[in-house]
Amino acid sequence: MILQKDTKAPDFQLLNPDGKPVALKDYYQKKNVILIFYPADWSPVCGDEIALFSEMKSIFDKEEAVLLGISVDSFFCHKAFTDDRKVHFQLLADFEPKGDVAKKYGVYNDQAGYDSRALFLIDKQGQIAWSFLSPDEINPGADGVLDALEKLKS
Amino acid sequence: MSAQLKPALSEKDHIRGSKKPQLTIVEYGDFQCPYCGDAEPIVEEIMDQFGEAIAFSFRNFPLKDVHEFAFDAAIAAEAASQQGKYWEMHDLLFANQSRLDRDSLLNMAEKIGLDLQRFKNAVQDEKLTEKIESDFESGARSGVNGTPTFFVNGARFDGGAADLYALIKENTGLG
Repeated sequence: MILQKDTKAPDFQLLNPDGKPVALKDYYQKKNVILIFYPADWSPVCGDEIALFSEMKSIFDKEEAVLLGISVDSFFCHKAFTDDRKVHFQLLADFEPKGDVAKKYGVYNDQAGYDSRALFLIDKQGQIAWSFLSPDEINPGADGVLDALEKLKS
Repeated sequence: MSAQLKPALSEKDHIRGSKKPQLTIVEYGDFQCPYCGDAEPIVEEIMDQFGEAIAFSFRNFPLKDVHEFAFDAAIAAEAASQQGKYWEMHDLLFANQSRLDRDSLLNMAEKIGLDLQRFKNAVQDEKLTEKIESDFESGARSGVNGTPTFFVNGARFDGGAADLYALIKENTGLG
């Protein structure tokens, strides 16, 4: 079951594409955090969720929100993907133990062996403010999380 | 709940087809995106057959990082719009997707009979950049999840142009 609104977001520490650890608590009281769980790097470009969110980064910057992508790919894979697609935010490797963070957030697909496609908005206090689980084949788009960010302001 | 078009169509949009439409279609697209290019003949077929009942609009959603000429191409279309030739440029851009460098854009401007000096001045105009960025942000807020993304009567249509054509054919009774 995907973690819902008003739940404390489980902390985690994962490697970024440079092999450096990134923790959720790094952003505590500083930034809103958007977690983008997705099945794998290297899906076709024009409909690729990561490429799309990356192009939208300036919109999220204005909203004081940091984007973090999470999949079971290794940091070497994330590095190659980041360079190839010019991804403007950090992709984190939920690699060992495999899918551990996705499991804590309730969005691991046991049968397929990868993270499901899911979005979480975590506020500056570390609470989940919004979450959404999308079918693997459908890129959810950014409208839901942008609406949720608007609601945080009110 | 399906994603909704925000903001709704207005006089700021480029619209072709019916003035009193039964159906509105908005496409968020990128002139360099091959999938948008593939969709274009189908969109034209839809408008040829059902243009009396449908208003069609195109909003810019250039994926700058993967399509290096997409933003400039969008600027060229907006610049052509200032001389009343938006759709001529839009169609020509899609017909020449593989050649969208600056010289090619100038050639296209010449081909559709634009005043070239006015065109060159217009492409420098920051207002056009702002227009495209504002289209892009509206797309993000409307739930655009790839290019092309279509909205039918303001709701996101989770299918391609061929699915859209089939839907319209079934529902108009005109097919």
